[in-house]
Amino acid sequence: MIYEEVTTGSRTRRTLTGAARVLFALKIDGPLVIGLALISAFGLVVLYSASGQSGQTVVREVGHLVLGTAAMLLLAQVNPNFLRRSTPWIYLAGCFLLVVVAVFGHIGMGAQRWLDLKIFRFQPSELMKIAVPMMCAWYLHERPLPPSPLSLVVLGVIVMVPVSLVVVQPDLGTAALIAAGGALVIILAGLRFRVIAALAALGAVGAWFGWSFMHDYQRKRVLTFLDPQTDPLGAGYHIIQSQIAIGSGGVFGKGWMNGSQAQLEFLPERSTDFIFAVIGEEFGLLGLLVLLILYVFVVSRAVFLATQTQDTFARLLAGSLALTFFVYVFINAGMVTGLLPVVGVPLPLVSYGGSSVVTLLAGFGILMALYSRRKLIGS
Amino acid sequence: MPAVRIKDHWREQRLFDQRAIIAAVLIGLATLGLLTRLYLLQVVRHDYYSDLSQGNRVRTEPIPAARGLILDRNGEVMAGSQPAYQLELVPEEVPDIDDTMKRLVDIGLVAADDVDEIERTIDSSRGFDSVPIRLRMSDEDVARFAVHRFEFQGLDIKTRQTRWYPNGDLAVHALGYVGAISEQDLKHIDRAAYSGTSLIGKLGVESAYETQLHGTNGFREVLVNASGRSVDRQGAFVPELKTKAPAAGADLVLSIDLKIQRVAESALAGHRGAVVAIDPNTGDVLALASLPGFDPTLFGRGITASEYGALQNDLDKPLLNRALRGTYPPGSTIKPGLALAALTYHTVEPETRKFCAGAFHLPGSAHVFREYHNEKHGWVDLDDAIAHSCDVYFYGLAEVLGVDRIATFLAPFGFGRPTGIDISGERPGILPSREWKQKAFAKPADQIWFPGETVNFGIGQGYLNVTPLQLAHYASILATRGKIWKPRLVMAYRDPQNGQMKPVPPQSEGEVQGVTTEDWARVVHGMIGVTQHGTAAAIGLHAPYVFAGKTGTAQVFTVAQNERYNASKINERLRDHSWFIAFAPADEPRIAIAVLQENGGAGASAAAPIARKVLDAYLLDADGKVKPAP
Repeated sequence: MIYEEVTTGSRTRRTLTGAARVLFALKIDGPLVIGLALISAFGLVVLYSASGQSGQTVVREVGHLVLGTAAMLLLAQVNPNFLRRSTPWIYLAGCFLLVVVAVFGHIGMGAQRWLDLKIFRFQPSELMKIAVPMMCAWYLHERPLPPSPLSLVVLGVIVMVPVSLVVVQPDLGTAALIAAGGALVIILAGLRFRVIAALAALGAVGAWFGWSFMHDYQRKRVLTFLDPQTDPLGAGYHIIQSQIAIGSGGVFGKGWMNGSQAQLEFLPERSTDFIFAVIGEEFGLLGLLVLLILYVFVVSRAVFLATQTQDTFARLLAGSLALTFFVYVFINAGMVTGLLPVVGVPLPLVSYGGSSVVTLLAGFGILMALYSRRKLIGS
Repeated sequence: MPAVRIKDHWREQRLFDQRAIIAAVLIGLATLGLLTRLYLLQVVRHDYYSDLSQGNRVRTEPIPAARGLILDRNGEVMAGSQPAYQLELVPEEVPDIDDTMKRLVDIGLVAADDVDEIERTIDSSRGFDSVPIRLRMSDEDVARFAVHRFEFQGLDIKTRQTRWYPNGDLAVHALGYVGAISEQDLKHIDRAAYSGTSLIGKLGVESAYETQLHGTNGFREVLVNASGRSVDRQGAFVPELKTKAPAAGADLVLSIDLKIQRVAESALAGHRGAVVAIDPNTGDVLALASLPGFDPTLFGRGITASEYGALQNDLDKPLLNRALRGTYPPGSTIKPGLALAALTYHTVEPETRKFCAGAFHLPGSAHVFREYHNEKHGWVDLDDAIAHSCDVYFYGLAEVLGVDRIATFLAPFGFGRPTGIDISGERPGILPSREWKQKAFAKPADQIWFPGETVNFGIGQGYLNVTPLQLAHYASILATRGKIWKPRLVMAYRDPQNGQMKPVPPQSEGEVQGVTTEDWARVVHGMIGVTQHGTAAAIGLHAPYVFAGKTGTAQVFTVAQNERYNASKINERLRDHSWFIAFAPADEPRIAIAVLQENGGAGASAAAPIARKVLDAYLLDADGKVKPAP
């Protein structure tokens, strides 16, 4: 009930309800926020079980959500024109920080991803998940669409510079998401399908080429993805255990905090990358169905908001942010169910971890800013 | 010059909307793909993954069954189970393993030499496993540790069941022993049934009756987490876990009478040899001794390489079961059998006297077959020949009878094949014949049977080889005048729960055919003569019962034709083996016995006194009177 009928004298007009007025003033989209809140709440419930009933973990994740929500509210207030004008600087600063990480970064989990800022550790690659689509949208803003071949080359450079820097960290998952963010902008900008097909073919060749540069652990992941049974105690262990968790959950699941795979720690990374399997085990196919419906709802709403924006920068950026969110979901669910290789992508708003939550909600903040400042043509 | 492209906002908006619709379709398809995958995992293959997850979390811990006791015929325990103390260490609870080991060496609970081995074991164990670092602690060790316990975090004394032989090495060659399950054992057993069992019968009754003694292990399901640690709940859920109680193994009641066994072993003590006593009416083995023996407990607690090496390299071969596996020429103990053969084939006139001048010649041969100790018996009939063990008489008897008839006649007495006693390892010995010699030798020249070999057969020398068990079996067939019972050690099973006995019926193997009652009586009479006025007269003196016997002396060392045998001159280990077989009372035998003393010299001097002690122990009561037959 966003609108209500207001009758004063002989005139009847439709006006916003009280709650809607507050949201409108805060530049917040109600349905989107409700969708995000439902996913986050479900996530916290699952996290309590997945973390082995650790209240502390849940409290910390609530902290991440509060921080993310603050970022979202803050960014929603930013004038899109200001955002557009600052884009090159944000992009350049991000690239600079990636170089700094490559040189001085903090090594964690065998990869160099972090900048230790004493107070908190900061991943510049997270920033690039937003900065790269922003830069692409900024570049295409003044140019006629679909993009010319020359523009494509420039866009290629814009995307590939940070992606390469993240690949060498090495963090394949984040690199893939950054590349997806940029690519989605270009595709939404009307890139012709034959060009997409040609690039896909080129990508296949590149993949073959890239194989020779891969780390052993990355190659092993690809190989065990193709047949996890070959290394059941080593590289294939994650996928096998997560499939056992999901499969044994059945239609209705084993019940909250009753998943033996998760509770007895057979499932690795159960509160982070593999939390999707915990849901599958404890809440079954129905639980996953509800979650996927929520995700699809959020993505649909975000795409709808993107179509309502009125300049190129806003449309492309908003569309890209909306679709990237789905890419997140698909890659995570795909890897946990054994459809895609294990690349280390968290399940949006459900996996434990601050960086991902803050980045995602910040992205939605920008999306809302872009939507709320449209010139209300014709109304 | 390319056309200048101008931004067309309406067109761009339409283009974007198109792409957004395509994106929405793709999102729908991708979601559908995911749901298909989930349907496959959670619906189609749900049962499969359920089983896998169940297998993941529930581990089955075996509960070993208590091994059955082994009792003698009077119910005295020969083998039981006893808890033993051992020192165990939980690696993750020990702050400094090197330092702990050093301090254990200092207080003498761990040998310095063993430290490396123990640390290797600890390294290969999981952090929360309890690792045994010192087995079989004495009470003093336990007390010493108790004093220092507070200094040793993560260490504790635990108990486990080990096999206990209260009588040490008594009857060890009948009992056998238990030891750790080896690779070899794993080929014969059902691994699942033995999970949780650490010891298995290796020899003797312990091995032959392994199935009955072992029982059936139980199990207990435990909930484990991914690192294998046992946990009592899974999240909020306490699952239902199955338990099956073990069924203890059956107790075995042996035919062995430990009283007789002790007498036999102490009589033989200090010598190498064997004593086998059998109840001729059932085949029950009353005593089965082989000396020297060894302590079977060594194997159950884990024998060290040096202990095993010492047993193996011992010149007296304590590990050799002489009763079943030692083969020796029977010497003159074979003469009653030969006499029966000759009587049955009518090749001898029992009353006809022959002259013994101390030597025998085959016609046309220069070879001299000597009398033992070059004695001269003068005129002897069959009865005298048995009583005085006249070699010359039996050289002739064998020559006339011929080897094939001898072999055919002696076969039912159990020579040349295992007696079928209910423990394994028995050697068949050799019952020579022309046929046997053809099979036994490769070269045609060696396959020919020489007449001189038949003559030697007459005094139980040459190829004829028997085990003490075979000779006791033979003695018991003579005792019953031809009735054959398979020797056996286990006469009943006892249910460990209610003490109910399940007797094992004795196994008859028929009778020796074709021998007349008169002929049996003649030979037994000759054997009674042995103990009354013959070679063993000194042993039979003042016996309150009449018994039949036969001495035997088996050559180890062949004396050259022109030399005399002089026991004092030759190495102790090359001296003759001493044999004695007997059964008593002669008319209604209750016990038959064979005694072998390796390198004991003449049968009458070494083996016969041992046999007399065993017979007395079995037949007489405390006052020295013959006990009434049961």
